[in-house]
Amino acid sequence: MITSFLIDSLDRRGRIVVGLLVALALLVPAGNLLVPEGSAFHVSTYQLTLFGKYLTYALLALSVDLVWGYCGILSLGHGAFFALGGYAMGMYLMRQIGARGVYADPVLPDFMVFLNWKELPWFWHGFDMAWYALLMVILVPGLLALLFGWLSFRSRVTGVYLSIITQALTYALLLAFFRNDMGFGGNNGLTDFKDIVGFPIQAPGTRAALFAASALMLALGFVVASAVVRSKLGKVLVAIRDAESRTRFIGYRVEHYKLFVWTLSAVMAGVAGALYVPQVGIINPSEFDPAASIEAVIWVAVGGRGTLVGPLIGAVAVNFGKTWFTGALPEVWLYALGALFVVVTLFLPRGIVGLWDRVVSRRTKPAKEMDGSGRRAGEAA
Amino acid sequence: MRFLRLLAIVAALAAGLQPALAGRIADADLSARVAALGAGGFDEVETAITDLAATGDDRVPAILDRLGEGELMVRKADGAVFFADKAGKDYRLTDPVTGADAGPAPKATVEKIKVNNRIRRAIASAVGALTLMSPDPAVRRAAAEAVMKSADAAALPALEQAIAVETVPDIRAAMVAARATALLASDAPESDKVAAIAAIADLGSRDALGFLSGYTSADGAVGDAARKAAAAIESRLMLWDMGQNLWYGLSLGSVLLLAAIGLAITFGVMGVINMAHGEMVMLGAYATFTVQEVIRTSWPGLFDYSLLIALPVAFLTAALAGILIERSVIRWLYGRPLETLLATWGVSLILQQAVRSLYGANNREVGNPSWMSGSFSVGDIQVTWTRLWIILFALAVFLALIAVLKRTRLGLEMRAVTQNRQMAAAVGIRTPLVDALTFGLGSGIAGLAGVALSQIDNVSPNLGRGYIIDSFMVVVFGGVGNLWGTLVGALTLGVANKMLEPYAGAVLGKIILLLAIILFIQKRPRGLFALKGRAVEA
Repeated sequence: MITSFLIDSLDRRGRIVVGLLVALALLVPAGNLLVPEGSAFHVSTYQLTLFGKYLTYALLALSVDLVWGYCGILSLGHGAFFALGGYAMGMYLMRQIGARGVYADPVLPDFMVFLNWKELPWFWHGFDMAWYALLMVILVPGLLALLFGWLSFRSRVTGVYLSIITQALTYALLLAFFRNDMGFGGNNGLTDFKDIVGFPIQAPGTRAALFAASALMLALGFVVASAVVRSKLGKVLVAIRDAESRTRFIGYRVEHYKLFVWTLSAVMAGVAGALYVPQVGIINPSEFDPAASIEAVIWVAVGGRGTLVGPLIGAVAVNFGKTWFTGALPEVWLYALGALFVVVTLFLPRGIVGLWDRVVSRRTKPAKEMDGSGRRAGEAA
Repeated sequence: MRFLRLLAIVAALAAGLQPALAGRIADADLSARVAALGAGGFDEVETAITDLAATGDDRVPAILDRLGEGELMVRKADGAVFFADKAGKDYRLTDPVTGADAGPAPKATVEKIKVNNRIRRAIASAVGALTLMSPDPAVRRAAAEAVMKSADAAALPALEQAIAVETVPDIRAAMVAARATALLASDAPESDKVAAIAAIADLGSRDALGFLSGYTSADGAVGDAARKAAAAIESRLMLWDMGQNLWYGLSLGSVLLLAAIGLAITFGVMGVINMAHGEMVMLGAYATFTVQEVIRTSWPGLFDYSLLIALPVAFLTAALAGILIERSVIRWLYGRPLETLLATWGVSLILQQAVRSLYGANNREVGNPSWMSGSFSVGDIQVTWTRLWIILFALAVFLALIAVLKRTRLGLEMRAVTQNRQMAAAVGIRTPLVDALTFGLGSGIAGLAGVALSQIDNVSPNLGRGYIIDSFMVVVFGGVGNLWGTLVGALTLGVANKMLEPYAGAVLGKIILLLAIILFIQKRPRGLFALKGRAVEA
């Protein structure tokens, strides 16, 4: 029943996106595993892993869009939730290494043996079980977001102030995770993984499965986000984005709505991080870098915020560009990224999707004006 | 005879430090007097020691020290005196005056100069007199400090002598302390020892504390006195430590103030989130580097003034860059702070990469002018001139900015535009021009900060990144739109950071502070000194 409710919540464009993602989840692994090398339809393992990484970025972008595009909360610290989910998954993968590490300690990960620790810290217990790790992937970012959001929204910290303290939050976590005594591998982070739920992590089959999981999880995230924004709750969120005080004066408990969507978004980011880690094979504190979080925001801006398809397109397009530039013209990449920030905010406030809509609507309904919902006149100076 | 060896080393070091050989007599003269040591019985040896000591030659302590160790020998063939080092069954002889190798000697051909307790006392007092009573104050001070560290009861008579004639108060105090340590190590009566502990406690230094800690577990009156004295020194040192941390904190606070004060203009007064602010600081630092390079190659004599010349250059560079950014990007985004934030972040990436392309990715060396290098101490607090100048500079910039805002036409117009843009425009203020100039002013001040920071931080393309989050924290903590709030915020955060460091470590201290600010903003979303207003949404 819930499924049918969720499917019903999709519009035409959403159904296409979900259909595409499911098709990707089936066809790309098939292209990797079944199609022989040399065929035009063969997908190399490198491409598979790279694209799998893009899909987790897309899920992160979707989570940023959910709070920024629909509720006006510009988070400059969503990378923190992404990284926390990633660390939860990384801890599980570390425990799976067992005695195969360099120091061959059956319980302690290598870096703890190296630091001369005798016992597993309390927060590492339970991570040898997959179900517990998955629970933590959801709980840790979710609870942090709940606490942070509860404090912030209750005291009506809004606009740039909220942006700045989300940035401070991820910066504090960056510094914290760099410390060796924190017990998360310090500077080097967690890496050298071997197994995931009993399958060797480097095997083509596992990689294909992780890709499929990323595509399906993105599809699920899309459906959930779509259900949220198309419900009455979603309308209230847009109202809060456009005129927070008016919404409050009408009688809505603004902070409750914000808290809900904020926590949901953090959980989505955490799940994205958890899928990211086994595919790239490492998680380290650089994921907490404030610059990484801002980059996630620009994916959304490029694709088109306030649309659900936009972040997906933006994340894949910008990261494809990044991969290409840093390979071919590393000098130019920062210029290109910087220019992207400027050009998109100045000339494409609704991103690629907004541009597309404008072109289409001009062709089909030349008389109808754009509603300009990307703008928020007069709010939050 | 540990202390003799120490004193001999002190004398040798002092001799090495004085190439002028002021305290030396002719080699032949000294050789004759050394030879007298091997002349006969104890009485003759004692006379010879007194004779040697009377020369005041800085080679004598080493010779006497070897004599005391029984390593001075007479060659039976000619009666000459040598240092003798065991080499297998034989000895290897060295001339005590010139240090020249005199070849090996079978055991039967040499004879040890005999030493008894009377001779040992004579040696001790001669060496003590030579070092502790050396004409060179540096040698005396070093000797006193060496005795203090060695705490050897044998040094007492020499010290007594030296204290009696010492005139320099500092050195005398060091000798008194040395006597106290020697006294504690001796078998003197308890009342003398308690008095000695009081003398050491008067020093109040870390060395004294280290020395006393050896006696705090002792029984009786000595132990009690030592424990009390150690506690007193500890609390005194803790106060000085607090003072030192406070100074470090003020220094950090002044750096934060410099970095944040420009932001207080662009963010606080104009409401523009300029994520490229850190890059303005970086531009200022690179302007300083460029000015210094030009001076190094063309006018090396002006190097001491390079920072003064760099100030206007850095200000104008950063201000022009700021005005350019304002006119080309920010002015289209007024009233949309989140978009401004993203666009200026993009600008910051472009500026970083541009500087990296121009100057390379490595750190650049910016020199200290002579008037900024070195340090001095106030009590136990070390003060470096660089830090002191930066604190003064930060305050000067702050006061100048207040003066510009409160006393000039431009400042008046700035405040008018901030308070009510439409009304300001209506009374004829050209608001776009004021916007550009305000932004230029804020950016220029960031450039000035760059000049100061180039003295204490690495000048690299990432320089600005390190300051941007801290700067925002300062402005938000102090209260947006309030310059005095920025001053208080910067100093508070700087001092709090440095006060936390000894307990929590540098990184954890910073984390605690960041979390504290996050919580503080929950409590007072508009900062420490919020502007009062009636608007629902400021």
